[in-house]
Amino acid sequence: MSAAVATLARPVAAPVPAGRGLLRFLTCGSVDDGKSTLIGRLLYETKAIFEDQFASLENDSRRHGTTGGDIDFALLVDGLEAEREQGITIDVAYRYFSTPRRSFIVADTPGHEQYTRNMATGASNADLAILLVDARKGVLTQTKRHSVIAALLGIRHVVLAVNKIDLVGYDRAVFERIVADFHAFADELGFRSIVPIPLSARFGDNVTAPSAATPWYGGPTLIGHLEEVDVDEAAQDLPFRLPVQWVNRPNLDFRGFSGTVASGRVRIGDPIVAASSGRQSKVKRIATFDGDRAEAVAGDAVTLVLADEIDAPRGEVFAEPKARPSVTTRFLARLVWMTDDALLPGRSVLLKIGTRTVPATVRAIRSVLDVETLAERQSETLGLNAIGLAEIETVSPVAFDVYEDNRETGAFILVDRFSNATVAAGMVREALGATNVHRHGFDVDRAARAGLKHQRPLVVWFTGLPGSGKSTIANLVERKLHALGRHTAMLDGDDLRQGLNADLGFDLASRGENVRRAGEVARLMTEAGLVVLCAFVSPVRADRERLRARFAEGEFVEVFVDAPAELCAARDPKGLYAQAREGKIASLTGVAQSYEPPLAPELVLDAAAADAEALAERVVALVEPLISGVRPTAEDSAAL
Amino acid sequence: MYLSEAATLAPLDAPSAAAPRPALSPHLRRLEAEAIHIMREVAAEFRHPVMLYSIGKDSSVMLHVARKAFWPGKPPFPLLHVDTTWKFREMIAFRDATAKALDWELLVHVNPEGASRGIDPFRSGSSLHTQVMKTEALKQALDKWGFDAAFGGARRDEEKSRAKERVFSHRTAAHAWDPRNQRPELWRLYNTRIARGESMRVFPLSNWTELDVWQYILAENIPVVPLYFAAERPIVERDGALIMVDDARMPLEPGERPEPRRVRFRTLGCYPLTGAVESDARTVEEIVHELVTSRASERQGRVIDHDDKASMERKKREGYF
Repeated sequence: MSAAVATLARPVAAPVPAGRGLLRFLTCGSVDDGKSTLIGRLLYETKAIFEDQFASLENDSRRHGTTGGDIDFALLVDGLEAEREQGITIDVAYRYFSTPRRSFIVADTPGHEQYTRNMATGASNADLAILLVDARKGVLTQTKRHSVIAALLGIRHVVLAVNKIDLVGYDRAVFERIVADFHAFADELGFRSIVPIPLSARFGDNVTAPSAATPWYGGPTLIGHLEEVDVDEAAQDLPFRLPVQWVNRPNLDFRGFSGTVASGRVRIGDPIVAASSGRQSKVKRIATFDGDRAEAVAGDAVTLVLADEIDAPRGEVFAEPKARPSVTTRFLARLVWMTDDALLPGRSVLLKIGTRTVPATVRAIRSVLDVETLAERQSETLGLNAIGLAEIETVSPVAFDVYEDNRETGAFILVDRFSNATVAAGMVREALGATNVHRHGFDVDRAARAGLKHQRPLVVWFTGLPGSGKSTIANLVERKLHALGRHTAMLDGDDLRQGLNADLGFDLASRGENVRRAGEVARLMTEAGLVVLCAFVSPVRADRERLRARFAEGEFVEVFVDAPAELCAARDPKGLYAQAREGKIASLTGVAQSYEPPLAPELVLDAAAADAEALAERVVALVEPLISGVRPTAEDSAAL
Repeated sequence: MYLSEAATLAPLDAPSAAAPRPALSPHLRRLEAEAIHIMREVAAEFRHPVMLYSIGKDSSVMLHVARKAFWPGKPPFPLLHVDTTWKFREMIAFRDATAKALDWELLVHVNPEGASRGIDPFRSGSSLHTQVMKTEALKQALDKWGFDAAFGGARRDEEKSRAKERVFSHRTAAHAWDPRNQRPELWRLYNTRIARGESMRVFPLSNWTELDVWQYILAENIPVVPLYFAAERPIVERDGALIMVDDARMPLEPGERPEPRRVRFRTLGCYPLTGAVESDARTVEEIVHELVTSRASERQGRVIDHDDKASMERKKREGYF
């Protein structure tokens, strides 16, 4: 029993890892190239695996391992149950180890094609990429894809790890052919260093010690290279940028702007400009918990106190007045699309850049990148994992730099307004300047008005018997659309008869006029960019068809609230049926006048089958994609 | 009720801004700045955040960094301790002293159903105890006060399933975590959008290792619970774990007798579920030195992690921190 008791080694002289700095790198490659095994090997070789973890690894290797009883290092890093069973890494995992010379954070990213978004995620915070290639398979499409993503995300240093070199008999020719293939492809990608290393993650060749099996290889070992490689991109030498994250105002005597210096440096007395407002001031204090500082550099989280009272809310960017960022509403960007429903032009999203979140529209897709040939192809859409160029327009001007110049201020994410999912990683390529906007000369027309509201105008016309629930459902639909940020208006038959249509009766001619006027009002409202919900009995089919003809294709949605007359009469929310039965109303539809149901409505709601809440959800599922201009997903379609 | 241990508390001097200290290493400075950035992001974008205070070393670091993030203002959120009623007495004393010294609002929640059912790590078993008194209790507390973001001190290097956790970890209205449907986390651009009823767990120390935590505690002179330091304590050895008999509620088995052993704790939780390690490290310097030479992982003393295969991941899906 006592043998199992944990006993820590008594302190002996041992080197404490020195502060040579941190290297963040990622590993990527195709399925089965051995990424997890390599990371497990790195952790093992750098003694980052503890005794109890090693015991658990031996146990797991016997149960789940694929190495025939040997230690399966991949099991050490494949954490989640599901991927243990599938044998696939399905997410980004972060690992930590250090050598006496350097600390490392490793992002283990998947090679499976549908998880490319995770590779981009790992790459966005990494300074170096290890690209794994199976020596038996050579450079594959996935290797190219990963190289391109690494390059696009600004990684300038790669290691080409030619793994499983033992399985090709440590053959120099195989290694050299793979290296040549890779260069032929990657030399256009702008990497500053490409270091190829022949290795075996399983057996440890050239990981920490030079392998006797590759006497023809004279380069560094993997660990040796990682310890030495210089990735300092001199973010401190770029122009000063600090996105305001938090306005710190604990009392009337202190007003500071907290944020992380994105690039460059700032000293007390330096002039700065708030990029969006153009207001200028000087830095009076650089305040921190540990005392005031004379200077802050890229990466420091500080609080600036300015000499003047200028207004700079969260999202504002402080910059060097002589080297300002672009401030505009339109720019061209590289997008990595990360979600199942394809991106179509006109999609309305939220854009987060720095500390600013702003509604935006993807105006146009210019091209999609072919990762094998590096050619840009014309495309109208971007599917999952596609990498394309798109024009983005924001509701109000945002400050940014081109990503190639500044990784911190040129990067953004796109967030879906409906699901809140992160749908794209974005990198600014170029500002589409103010002159460009003026030349396009947006007149203030219906598209412009609707564009400001980030929606497409639409009329949803609810028709059905009195008491069928039209107004109730329309009201619920409006609440839901409102909650989604949609600009709506409601036209209700009863309401209109109080004012605009107060002069009309209930004979068929008057009913026709009632519907016509309501339709014209709705049309004016669509000119203003609104989504108009109309609840009218509108019993005459021809009246409704005339109405439809006044609108553009797809802008008029007819919803038939189908309730049996008995149900409406039983509900009778306004007591109309009771009065009709008593003879007090002569012309109630469904009693004295007939109702003509639509022949091809966009939607039929069976009012007897579900409650108003559920029916309203179905309407929203139908119209929200029309309003947002996004095609419904399979799930949305199923909900209909 | 835990007054007797208060005398052993390390002094809780609030670090003064003027006191000169050795500069942090570039590596620790970077980790600190990252944590500050994350905390400010939460304060700016959430309606009602809270900081989970587990009283351990990671929590101590998290509180310290939070004070830096909003200085000279105070952190704009309260502390929340989910009390299983089985914490070490010294932890509770330290918790109350810390909240008082820092003048920081402290909320404490105990699962009332669990308490009335008499859930107990000995008789109910560690799984049920953890489920009811930690996981369920945490969900109750978050719902009770309507928090939409909760900071936790978890680090990715602690455990395999934690390695894939996001910094901003989205939870459904039922507090469930879906490891297959996590949002990609790019650059420093955290997507903080949630729907009504949903919440975010936020881990500002994600990228810290155990050694980083101790080196930071050393450099910043941060008070920690004295249980981290070696001392003679009444110990029984049970299933290979060194369990400290912290109060009379621990039922001793026939032949079991608490023996004084020189031990310390690497992690702190419920005393019946937290194994000590034999050690002579009596200062933070000695702990740092011990870690550099240690060959055992931090969570090895945690009884709940070994319950079954992938047990931590299962707990997390159910809402465990």
